Amino acid sequence: MDEAPLRADLILEYPFTRTTGPVVGAFLTGLREGILIGIRRSDGTVMVPPAEYDPVTSEPLTEVVEVGQAGEVVSWTWVDPPRPQSPWDGPHGLALILLDGADTPMFHAVLVDSPGELATGMRVSAVWREEREGHIADLAGFSPEVDA
Amino acid sequence: MSGAPDGEVRLPASLRGVEPVQSVRTPIRLEYDYRPSASAESYLRAYADKRIIGHRSPVDGAVFIPPRGVDPRHGVAISEEVDLPDTGHVGNFCVTHLPIPGRKGLEVPYVSAWIHLDGAAVGFLGLVRGCPTDEVRIGMRVRAVWKPDDELGTTAENILHWEPTGEPDVPLERAGNRSFHASQPDAGGDTGGEADA
Amino acid sequence: MREVAVVATALHQVPALTDTTEVQLMVPLINAARAAVGLTQADIGFTCSGSSDFLAGQAFSFVQTLDAVGAFPPICESHVEMDGAFALYEAWVKLQIGEVDTALVFSYGKSSPGSLRDVLALQLDPYFLAPLWPPADAVAALQARLLLESGLVGAQELAEIAVRSQRNAVGNPNAVRSSSKVTVADVMAEAPVADPLRPSDLAAESDGGCAVVLAAGDRARELCGRPAWIRGIGHRIDAHGLGTRDLTRAPSAELATSVAVAAAGLTVDSLDLAELHSPTTSQEAILVRELGLDGSTEVNPSGGALAANTMMAAGLVRIAEAADRIIDGGADRALAHATSGPCLQQNLVCVMAGG
Repeated sequence: MDEAPLRADLILEYPFTRTTGPVVGAFLTGLREGILIGIRRSDGTVMVPPAEYDPVTSEPLTEVVEVGQAGEVVSWTWVDPPRPQSPWDGPHGLALILLDGADTPMFHAVLVDSPGELATGMRVSAVWREEREGHIADLAGFSPEVDA
Repeated sequence: MSGAPDGEVRLPASLRGVEPVQSVRTPIRLEYDYRPSASAESYLRAYADKRIIGHRSPVDGAVFIPPRGVDPRHGVAISEEVDLPDTGHVGNFCVTHLPIPGRKGLEVPYVSAWIHLDGAAVGFLGLVRGCPTDEVRIGMRVRAVWKPDDELGTTAENILHWEPTGEPDVPLERAGNRSFHASQPDAGGDTGGEADA
Repeated sequence: MREVAVVATALHQVPALTDTTEVQLMVPLINAARAAVGLTQADIGFTCSGSSDFLAGQAFSFVQTLDAVGAFPPICESHVEMDGAFALYEAWVKLQIGEVDTALVFSYGKSSPGSLRDVLALQLDPYFLAPLWPPADAVAALQARLLLESGLVGAQELAEIAVRSQRNAVGNPNAVRSSSKVTVADVMAEAPVADPLRPSDLAAESDGGCAVVLAAGDRARELCGRPAWIRGIGHRIDAHGLGTRDLTRAPSAELATSVAVAAAGLTVDSLDLAELHSPTTSQEAILVRELGLDGSTEVNPSGGALAANTMMAAGLVRIAEAADRIIDGGADRALAHATSGPCLQQNLVCVMAGG
């Protein structure tokens, strides 16, 4: 047939609201309050973000500890163009960031203008959104730490 | 709230005394560029001409609607299209008293029915209107009420609803899933549907 | 252990299925696999499939795909929201129990209508990661950079893996990316798409499906002149959080391999070939190390998943490709691998032999 093939937009939307429990809830509460927390594992190390149970030993974890708002880029990549559902409007870095006082790196954006400004080992610090509700995107991302 | 069966979660000083976050909104949205298969495309295009197409099984002649290119009983591909009439009977139905959020022009109560077209082995979904809801019954003969010709598109929405024809009912033992089965020479055979009552 | 073998396979992979539903894709494949050993669905003791509703955008979409099987009269059936390789594992267990002597396994993925790299974001932690919608290639890139900067693997090696895949895929009708001419220099010259990963480092996305017939013991011998006997199979999983594991490693792949190879009574260096489900060259480099493939084993003679990565089927396709080499007499001992989850989180290894 000569006509253009039929097509239709199929859009799936799920308006999930998830309960957090006390541990994930503590992390999100921290985001709303502008602080970062982790949880102490039985070997004394601190996992960020926290989990209710140790991913290796499955022990319940209960000791929430505050960690630093700055840290070191452990690995990074560059996203251009930004994904439509993501919190970012422009190209940005994504990185694993080992916060001061943490023993596992957390995943978030690094806000720079080009991939040339990213490097493993660089120091970055948290950038907070002004309006915060207890959501991972309360953290706008991390930006290169300005030398003291 | 549970979460730490072996002990209360201990918070740092900075989080004590503040209202704890207990839930978080994490909506998701996914977009697809949906394309019907060739068989579904024929079906949708035929609707624009007020035609209804089914697929005839090469195994035993059973006609399936909507046409999906396969006889689901046997896992066999179907390529033979057949035109079906826009008349049939109610094989089963449900009277619903709750509105569908976001759907306009549908007053409650409404009757959704399994419409068995004459010549089809299976039913498909439609609305029955044109009579009081308590008069809708299994076996009732119905015909399609189409949109005005200038509003027709390549969509099953062209059929607004189904209305009673006033013809005598299809007897219960030949209605619904039994309709195709009852017309087969060997009613006990491997032809799908329910056994005769 | 009951002897269980792959006795027939059928597969089809293309860049995009625009005119065919999943059901219409699977009808000829399922019929071809059954017919190759003279079976109809009535002869199949257990049917198990693998697929993901998020690819079709339709809840419980697998129920509709059972139309391709011919599920009447009612059949004994199961489904996993995983790659078909894991459906094969379930069928293998069913055969081990001894309730059935034959099984049909199939899986399929038609990701082209949606955006797979975004869909895959939804397999990540729903509180900390998924709301940031990291595309799948970016998540893999973080792992690749860790690997490269650890010094374990060089960029040159990744390019060599890409070239080997494209060259091996030449002549494979189910590969969607192949080239007899591509060179390491060509790959190294590509601009990164998810720094440090280049286009050739990322598996070529495809739509497709795969069907496999399994049979036990003498039934397998009746059906097939040279069955691909599953001598060992194992699957293991690592922690979910990206920050909680060493991403330069895949301990679950190493463990699954040691379980499968030991059950087979073989050593890795005795394998003729290995079909690896590696969504990126960096992940293939990790797998080669974790599995202990030392160069004596041919890796991905089909081109591997890098040449055609059908979401939910690429792992079962690896088993089918490896089994076919045994069934046709081209190999005596083969390993097939399947992965699931981000950064090689979960790994299945299936060791097959002709004798």
